[in-house]
Amino acid sequence: MASSSTTASGNVPDHDGRFGKFGGRFVPETLMHALDQLTNEYKKAQRDPQFNAELQELFRDFVGRPSPLYFAKRLSEKVGGAQIWLKREDTNHTGAHKINNTLGQTLLAIRMGKTRVICETGAGQHGVATATACARFGLPCVVYMGEEDVRRQAPNVRSIKLLGAEIRPVTSGSRTLRDAINEAMRDWMSSVHNTHYIIGSVVGPHPFPMIVRDYQSVIGLETIQQSREKFGRLPDTVVACVGGGSNAAGMFFPFIDQAKVELVGIEAGGLGSAPGEHASPLSFGKPGVLHGSFSYVMQDVDGQTCDVHSASAGLDYPGVGPEHSYWKDSGRVRYTDCKDSDALAGFYELARTEGILAALETSHAVAGAMEIAREKKRDEIVVVCLSGRGDKDAAEIERLQSLSKK
Amino acid sequence: MPFITAGDPNLATTAELIRAFDRLDCSICEIGIPYSDPIADGPVIQASYTRSLQKKITVDAILETLGATSSQVRLPLVTMVSYAIVYRIGVQAYVDAALANGVSGLIVPDLPVEEAPTLSAVCRESDVSLIQLVTPTTSRERAKRILDTSTGFIYYVSVTGITGERTELPPEIVENVKWLRENGDLPVCIGFGISEPEHVRQLAPHSDGLIVGSAIVRRMAVEPDPNRVVASVAAYIESLQAEL
Repeated sequence: MASSSTTASGNVPDHDGRFGKFGGRFVPETLMHALDQLTNEYKKAQRDPQFNAELQELFRDFVGRPSPLYFAKRLSEKVGGAQIWLKREDTNHTGAHKINNTLGQTLLAIRMGKTRVICETGAGQHGVATATACARFGLPCVVYMGEEDVRRQAPNVRSIKLLGAEIRPVTSGSRTLRDAINEAMRDWMSSVHNTHYIIGSVVGPHPFPMIVRDYQSVIGLETIQQSREKFGRLPDTVVACVGGGSNAAGMFFPFIDQAKVELVGIEAGGLGSAPGEHASPLSFGKPGVLHGSFSYVMQDVDGQTCDVHSASAGLDYPGVGPEHSYWKDSGRVRYTDCKDSDALAGFYELARTEGILAALETSHAVAGAMEIAREKKRDEIVVVCLSGRGDKDAAEIERLQSLSKK
Repeated sequence: MPFITAGDPNLATTAELIRAFDRLDCSICEIGIPYSDPIADGPVIQASYTRSLQKKITVDAILETLGATSSQVRLPLVTMVSYAIVYRIGVQAYVDAALANGVSGLIVPDLPVEEAPTLSAVCRESDVSLIQLVTPTTSRERAKRILDTSTGFIYYVSVTGITGERTELPPEIVENVKWLRENGDLPVCIGFGISEPEHVRQLAPHSDGLIVGSAIVRRMAVEPDPNRVVASVAAYIESLQAEL
């Protein structure tokens, strides 16, 4: 394996799906044919003007893109440092960035002649976005969701069902996102001839981390253009939350070659830094294999995946996309973590100063950005990827709040 | 060729089963190293992995048990182990430990041929087999590559799917296995889904070995008398062997 380079390239992954030494394909032989087919079909689709035109039209008229770049004036004043701008992915149809990827992959599924779609979901946003895309194109859809997440993200569970998709609660392991991915992979092992697996983050075997990053890159590309329009330059710092890392990858990737722009990824710090209390593999984990990819992961000395914790179902994941590991080791992106309690504080601050309910996942980025902005001058600019809206979390936030008062 | 999960229900039973399989003249015993996230496994083997991990059975303890047992039997032992485990322990360290404990081969179900060169080189140097898998979705072109790099035998996966007992197996097995035997020098063994005497009758004449996993692991899990587990598995194996 090649040692990690000191400068991150935008020209990754290579032919084998490697981002430096990270990535690759660590999956059963049964899936290799489908991964090759997906890689080839994706390459063809990228060069197909009709495919791209259809996706752009969906982005504009179905999702409501471009999403606004919004100056959070009152939040910035309250923090008392740099200007905080929000890239409003929460204004997308279905309320999060996830729809960017599911529409792209649904078009790919149709292109490959697949007649059924499966997916995993943690917070439920990817489940809703997949169910939505499948309803839009008339494909049957099965959503795997950990039983614990079915409980804490009930509003999204309802939406998924209303959209005509089937929810399959997963009762194995920690009953969260990681187990939902395991079950979706097992389904795919048996159904690969007619089924496409729309993975929801920049994780999994090649080509998924590349495809999901590319479809999410619309976030960063729009941010660059809107930054030039709104303040005539690029931001000083760009902040996004990282679970698997899809909104962050989509936001950061177009900025990778812009060396002056500082990029900061915020992982879920949970309750503290002890094993099992957080979900921050980039801060506390080691490189290893999980879900078909070589990347930072929380494992014990035998390579068994550790249980992790985050108040937010979408960040409650022991692994992370391989490109983030590559960016971390090259030093291009700085990764830090934000505790459950700080994320909750960020949620309230944004709600009360700007009238925006952010998702719990997103609230980690908001809290991280507030901390960064506080140390900066007033003419500096921090852009936060406001990856999703928080309606789904209202009940869970009430519950967490009442627990913390006890 | 029986498959059992190491440490389910405990390592003493694992050792006792290996000795029983040796007495029954099984050709190879596959030992599953429990893994937290086995995506190629159905509910029966998943559950056995979970049971074993809940008892905090470590890879070190498993290999130590195999080391103590392998010297008492002629039966070759191979470990079925996730690359997540091999990588974390260290490719060289795992192969060294396997060799030192009398393990003669590795099956790494999540390591396709493209990712295998590092482990493959270490295995070759240590004379430990790296048994690779061919499935119904494998193209002939890929299968040739796998035939070139696999050692020990070829594990032909009978179904497009996960491990677990099946009543019916797909008809193309015989043709695919025939092609693999004609196009390489390695024995070809069939696994996944095999559980019925009828399967043995159908497939034994066309292959070099049949791997039975979930059917054994399930029998062990449902056997109410812990003292009867080994006898119950042995009786089942004998019922399959009667078809040979």
